[in-house]
Amino acid sequence: MSAPVWNNKVVKWVDDRLPVISMLHHSAYEYPTPKNLSYMWNFGSLAGFVLVTMILSGIFLVMNYTPHTSMAFESVERIMRDVNYGWLIRYIHMNGASMFFIVVFLHMFRGLYYGSYKAPREMLWWIGILILLAMMATAFMGYVLPWGQMSFWGATVITNLFSAFPIIGDPLVTWLWGGFSVDNPTLNRFFSLHYLMPFVILGLVVLHVWALHSVRSNNPTGVEIKTPQDSIPFHPYYTIKDLFGLGVFLIFFCAFVFFAPDYLGHPDNYIPANPLVTPPHIVPEWYFLPFYAILRSIDFTIFGIPAKLLGVLAMFASIVILFVIPWLDTSKVRSSKFRPVYKWFFWLFVIDTFILGYCGAKAPDDDFMGIPGLRVIVMGQLSTLYYFAHFLVVMPLVGKMERTKPLPVSISESVLKEGANA
Amino acid sequence: MSQTVHSSGTEKPDENRRDFLTLATTAVGAVGVGCALLPFVDSMNPSKDVLALASVEVNLSNIAVGQAVKVMWRGKPVFIRHRTDREINEANEVALNELVDPQADDARVEKKEWLIVVGVCTHLGCIPMGTATGEARGDYDGWYCPCHGSHYDTSGRIRRGPAPKNLEVPTYTFLTDTSVRIG
Repeated sequence: MSAPVWNNKVVKWVDDRLPVISMLHHSAYEYPTPKNLSYMWNFGSLAGFVLVTMILSGIFLVMNYTPHTSMAFESVERIMRDVNYGWLIRYIHMNGASMFFIVVFLHMFRGLYYGSYKAPREMLWWIGILILLAMMATAFMGYVLPWGQMSFWGATVITNLFSAFPIIGDPLVTWLWGGFSVDNPTLNRFFSLHYLMPFVILGLVVLHVWALHSVRSNNPTGVEIKTPQDSIPFHPYYTIKDLFGLGVFLIFFCAFVFFAPDYLGHPDNYIPANPLVTPPHIVPEWYFLPFYAILRSIDFTIFGIPAKLLGVLAMFASIVILFVIPWLDTSKVRSSKFRPVYKWFFWLFVIDTFILGYCGAKAPDDDFMGIPGLRVIVMGQLSTLYYFAHFLVVMPLVGKMERTKPLPVSISESVLKEGANA
Repeated sequence: MSQTVHSSGTEKPDENRRDFLTLATTAVGAVGVGCALLPFVDSMNPSKDVLALASVEVNLSNIAVGQAVKVMWRGKPVFIRHRTDREINEANEVALNELVDPQADDARVEKKEWLIVVGVCTHLGCIPMGTATGEARGDYDGWYCPCHGSHYDTSGRIRRGPAPKNLEVPTYTFLTDTSVRIG
């Protein structure tokens, strides 16, 4: 499309020197978006909204937070009790982290279901995984800052994971700590990096959107845009749809912030950190539970590699494997709507991640869901097995063997047909 | 200018020479960047004040037989246990080939009655229970880690559970019969 002509003199003057208005116009009005996007396509913009919310609330928290082991806990309590609206800003930030993961996990499940990782969207998918990794690092370091018992012991357990690596393990952990245990130098560097990482994420989001705009959005049919009939401009059609979704999401978010602000947290983090007493049950925040379950489920040795190292490798592998699924998935059809067999495996995978999350929250020797004799560790091991089998076995085999349903000729045709059937 | 005329003239430009210069410049540049990064990376290692606090002296005279205490050393707890005869015997009776991380009790203590170990589970760094009276000591009368269920014996050796190694023995010296310097 041709560049727009600006009538307003001021707009034209600016745009001639820095074509920022043309760029915005190009990516909002001219950007062709598939006309059949469902509400599952709301979570990208929601994630962007939460990122901005986290950065803004975080900046205000820093104005009152003190990154020192002797004052961090008290300064957070002061924010809660004495700072005007401090409780609100902190609860927004605390629950915002959970909201970020809810939205991003749904965004990823959407991508998995509709094959949004397949050619030509591999780079888009990769940048997304990098964003997830950066989010995990940010969330982990942020959780340490209030310097409660879970902050301290969570930091201890997670940094100790790196001691599993042979030879470099111990010096690496000392380097991460800046001492011989998690202490003030650790708190200071986590604070510094926790402030930095959101801007790294912001940079990655710019690349993510850039990549998106060059390959265009996928859609529920998985069929690419072919003619102008298949698409509508992003603005106003999807800006209004995103805004409606934002309203619904804000009701959900505010329900937590105002009515159950500590529901997703752990009460032990309201006890000041004590390096001499370990809480009886250390659990990470809910969004790390499936990965924690994978880590713990490896309690055996293979080829002389100790269980601890294997667990750490399995946990990292559970995310790294996402990088290669564009090639593990052999199906020519993107959307699971037209994949009658794979569709069931997809839902099995979703259930599997929930089971992993449950196992991560329980002690290894507990009974699974109260079923006598079925230990949590065993269910964790079976779920870990399926987690990897889904990518390494199901994706390549089902893609080859499945008989897919006929694809619509175009997005437009599928929309008209569905309209006629309704 | 004359060079441009020169290379576009009869002779071919010396491409090997140019490639070599580009590569050499890049390599020197990369080494330079690496050297510049080093101070920043090293600044994250333990600082001098942290290292200076790396030893602690403990008075043992008021630890009764059968009792154990925790002292802080390098920001982590050290367990000092005044072992009973029964505990010393238990530590010596076990066959070495039954151990996950085989080590004789003699190699882990300087004086039989005093066991001094770093109180950090070798699995993922939790503090095992069993130092204070009344705490669970696990199935081998030593320590029990509540995080992932590791059992340690009366010599601080790993006997069962996910921990891969025995509790670490710090360097220490007895200054007198009743005082010890750790670190």
